[in-house]
Amino acid sequence: MLLIKSLTKYFSKNTPHQVLALHNFNLKVKKGDFITIIGSNGAGKSTLLNLIAGTLLPDYGEIRLDGEMITYQPEYKRAYWIGRVFQNPLLGTAPYMSIEENLALSLKREKRGLRKGINQEMREYFRQRLSELGLGLEKDLNKKAGLLSGGERQAMTMLMATMFKPKVLLLDEHTAALDPESSKKILKITEELVEERKNDLITLMVTHNMKQALEVGNRTIMMDRGQNIFDIQGEERNKIDVNFLLQQFSKLRNQEYIEDRLVLD
Amino acid sequence: MSISIALHALEQGLIFGIMVLGVFLTYKILDFPDLTVDGSFTLGAAVTATIIFSGGSPLWGISLAIISGSLAGLFTGFLHTKLKLSNLLSGILTMTLLYSVNLRIMGKPNIPLLGKETILEKIAIYLPHISGNYLIPFFFLILVIIIKFALDLFLSTEIGLAIIATGDNEQMIKSLGANTDLTKIIGLSLSNALVALSGAFFAQYSGFADVNMGLGTIVSGLASVIIGISIIRTPTIFWRTIAVVIGSLLYRLIMIIALRYGYRLGFKPGDLKLISAVLVIVALAVPLIKKRIDFLTSFNLGRKDLQNNHKEV
Ligand SMILES: Nc1ncnc2c1ncn2[C@@H]1O[C@H](COP(=O)(O)OP(=O)(O)OP(=O)(O)O)[C@@H](O)[C@H]1O
Ligand SMILES: [Mg+2]
Repeated sequence: MLLIKSLTKYFSKNTPHQVLALHNFNLKVKKGDFITIIGSNGAGKSTLLNLIAGTLLPDYGEIRLDGEMITYQPEYKRAYWIGRVFQNPLLGTAPYMSIEENLALSLKREKRGLRKGINQEMREYFRQRLSELGLGLEKDLNKKAGLLSGGERQAMTMLMATMFKPKVLLLDEHTAALDPESSKKILKITEELVEERKNDLITLMVTHNMKQALEVGNRTIMMDRGQNIFDIQGEERNKIDVNFLLQQFSKLRNQEYIEDRLVLD
Repeated sequence: MSISIALHALEQGLIFGIMVLGVFLTYKILDFPDLTVDGSFTLGAAVTATIIFSGGSPLWGISLAIISGSLAGLFTGFLHTKLKLSNLLSGILTMTLLYSVNLRIMGKPNIPLLGKETILEKIAIYLPHISGNYLIPFFFLILVIIIKFALDLFLSTEIGLAIIATGDNEQMIKSLGANTDLTKIIGLSLSNALVALSGAFFAQYSGFADVNMGLGTIVSGLASVIIGISIIRTPTIFWRTIAVVIGSLLYRLIMIIALRYGYRLGFKPGDLKLISAVLVIVALAVPLIKKRIDFLTSFNLGRKDLQNNHKEV
């Protein structure tokens, strides 16, 4: 269980540019939940994932995983049980390192020592897992990751983020930078990889595609100005459609517009 | 070109080659231009010379040089990762404080080793069947090969791969569970241990230690790395460590020739540093200029592929 309580994050605190990116945010996620997160630009979606992963530290609030308090744990330690895929395919792999080196780095995350970084057994495993992606990446494990296309890299990063059996998977618009074809393909890979672990993995996926948000996963939340303003799952969720979500959005937009005008006047 | 020039270039190229492998580790692998080396090269020479001068064993002197070099790297790593100083400033501070430390260790600016038993006399005893002229190059060749393979092996371990990844994509390797403060500190320690080792051998080879002998180590190290890597273009660690040692040999050859015959062109010995700095500038500028030319000519030839993809992966 992932428990987030009153999580609050400011940027440039106590300066004229202060931003309240996350405001008293609460969320309770069960094992096996696959949550899609939507919200307009600047709503705080990426900030939320960065706080869970430890890339950023909060100003207030707490994060617990399976009862353990991890709010201020360093990022590299949380990596032992968090898998991540970013929007930018360049962030997920080391370009000058080979496919097998990238995969090996991801598989062995804890207690790195003077053992050989890659062995034959690992190579076999990588070949098998890569072939399941259906992109032919298993043919040349020595190829540099920098020579792969964005879609291929993202598929590889998806594999890296799930292969080591994490407890939490964080996906931040991980299909947004790809062409529609690759985007579909990565989404399919995502669903397959999550399905493998559907009983014990917690998945949070940020997306701007509302159709996607309702089709994938079992729960959807909408964020606005750093808060969780809408949380839907189960039967209720099956009933709503994209139009409903759009209505919710435009309600917010109008309100924002009015408020902006008030501020300007 | 006479045999003696070639032999000198070979000897010096190999001795400095150990230092160049260290600079390669920081500059190319960790993406950290480490100025500590100007101080840690002298540190290795100072520690070894002090011990040998006072009658200690050369092996003991060399071991201490390695340890003190790694401590120097550790200190730079501490400044950079824990006090968050920039990589250049961290190196400059350690280099500067090492100048005083080195003077303290030696007690005077210069220690002569003439008449003392150095490692080179020792090996002459163990390898009697190799004639005098070839003994030193042979010994250092074997040594550099061993160090090269040890470094390759280290970089293929779990920690080694994490160090490479730190220089390649730091954000990624952090999100894969590596403490990048630690990987940087390990890389810097190892690098400066190699540089100090190189200094320890150079002091024994040249018969003295001087508090200024490390001046310009970073520039000559960078020049060697860049020459080697631009001549042998290869992505594998195995070939890259060979390439930088070859770069070191070529660099020393150029320097020795410039020293020997440069006067005919009006050069003085004091101009050597100018020459090596210019060498680095040229070596760094050539790929950029070449790219620029490729890019401009691609318009005339209608090479769309180059126009769109002139950024190298
Ligand atoms: N490093 C930072 N420094 C200052 N402000 C930041 C920083 N990162 C984010 N912000 C601000 O925090 C707010 C939330 O940003 P965040 O990136 O979490 O939004 P998001 O919901 O992911 O938006 P998008 O859909 O555009 O990715 C925004 O107002 C943003 O400008
Ligand atoms: Mg975002």
